Amino acid sequence: MRELHTRLKQLFPLGELTEQRPDLAFVTVPAAFLRPTLLHLRDREGFTHLVLLTAVDWLEEGQFQLTYLLTNRHAATTLGLRVMLPREDARMESIHEVWPTAATYQRELREMFGIDFPGSPRLHEEFILEGWNDIPPYRRDFDTLKYARESYNERPGRETHDPATHMKQKLYPGGA
Amino acid sequence: MNYTPDRSQYPSKKADGTLDIDLTSGKYLKLWQGPNHPGITGNMSVELTVCGDEVVEGKTHVGYLHRGFEKLMERRTFIQCFPIVCRICVPEPDFNEYCYAAAVEDLAGVKSPERADWMRALILEMGRINSYLMYLGGQAGALGLGVVGQWTTYVRDLMLDRFEEMTGARIYHMFILPGGVRDGLPEGFDKRMEETLREIESTMKDVHDVMFRNAVFKKRTVGQGVIDPAWLDQYGITGPNARAAGVPKDVRRDHPYLVYDQLDFEPVIGHDSDIYTRSDVRRRDLLMSVDLIRQILAKMPRSGPLMAEMPSMLHWKIPRGETYVRGECSRGEYGYYLVTDGSGYPRRVNVRGPSYTHAMTLLERMIVNINISDVAALMVSLHTYPPEIER
Repeated sequence: MRELHTRLKQLFPLGELTEQRPDLAFVTVPAAFLRPTLLHLRDREGFTHLVLLTAVDWLEEGQFQLTYLLTNRHAATTLGLRVMLPREDARMESIHEVWPTAATYQRELREMFGIDFPGSPRLHEEFILEGWNDIPPYRRDFDTLKYARESYNERPGRETHDPATHMKQKLYPGGA
Repeated sequence: MNYTPDRSQYPSKKADGTLDIDLTSGKYLKLWQGPNHPGITGNMSVELTVCGDEVVEGKTHVGYLHRGFEKLMERRTFIQCFPIVCRICVPEPDFNEYCYAAAVEDLAGVKSPERADWMRALILEMGRINSYLMYLGGQAGALGLGVVGQWTTYVRDLMLDRFEEMTGARIYHMFILPGGVRDGLPEGFDKRMEETLREIESTMKDVHDVMFRNAVFKKRTVGQGVIDPAWLDQYGITGPNARAAGVPKDVRRDHPYLVYDQLDFEPVIGHDSDIYTRSDVRRRDLLMSVDLIRQILAKMPRSGPLMAEMPSMLHWKIPRGETYVRGECSRGEYGYYLVTDGSGYPRRVNVRGPSYTHAMTLLERMIVNINISDVAALMVSLHTYPPEIER
């Protein structure tokens, strides 16, 4: 994995390699260099399988992290490319021409995180949600509990607890 | 006599590549297959645009089962997440438990004991058999062979009995948790499991005769719904859908996990990549799982710890990091991408289910130009479970 990182670093301005396991590593790529890096990995390094594309919301840092996970089946290695985007007006280049299957991931990311991928097919069609008019629900600042309280009626006789506090009280009734 | 359709009546494309379908022209009709339809795989629907009885466009619609698991888990401690994850998939819930547990262990630096790994492999193979049994019933049912589903449901029920005595539950087992598994095997389990496996083998012989040697089944599936091997990477195709195209893509062999490097097996492959071949690959894969269960029971240690030393679950914090753990489920590559931020809760969990690619972009491409009556057979042959798409 280190050799691959060294080779890639000669071509693209990559960040440091985070080796999670011998067969799995993550590296940060500037947004502008994502497409050439992906094409190089796919066509020259054997990383032909796009495992997934997803986002992580680092609300405190004001950033979205996009993770493109690629696998080289013959070398049994998986590389995750991280792209950091500003949370405000987040947009990223679409890769549906590189992997057609990426269109679905991008459609979900637009709906669930509000990240725009201009040019991606059927991007603005509803995917999972129907008639959603709140902020994208997988963002960290979307409060599921508040939404549920505002949208649904409480069922009489039903108690709800904060799971962590409830477990503590059950296990240590006197407080510990 | 070969039928040559008149292509001039089919929709032309607009400048942006989408089809120019004018519903008022009377040439086209919108037809919804699902969400309540016998020919649909679970809670999803396909919006078909048909011209005569030929499909010209198909769009997959999901969202009927969205429960927001990934978001829910961000509000729960690592141990509280484990009973939730299995609910993502009904027919084969154990992969969620394994992938989640292994991802947490990977980030927390915990190693599950060897005996627990054997137990995990055993339960995963049992789940695979159940999933294939449901699939075979569905595939035959999609073409009108209802009796196959009744037979496979019967033997699946026997396997559910084995699950019940092993884990206490029939569908959602909640057996694999971070650190290991909940329990060992009950007394006399091997004998009862062997009886169940023999019953399954006997039923599979009948299924082979009634389904795979059936003239109608062959006529409607051979040469139908072919996946070009060149599509595998483009559409992220994994599992039996890829193996039926002649590519031995199997996570158990490509990235061995648990104890698969100690088991003797070769990925089952086919060559014709049509609906018939995909069904046959799954049938043979099921029989291979029967063999793997026998190997596991013969080789697994019968004593030793089942859980690793774990920190206090209430105060368990995992350092910032990210990982991805995968396994080969009955549909293909199943994986969990887990991100932690140093707190007691996951920052992000993303479930990678094989149906995410198979039922969306791949199905929408394959469904074009097939007959309405073959839509169900094609969809089932991709072995899709909608909850993996919407989580």
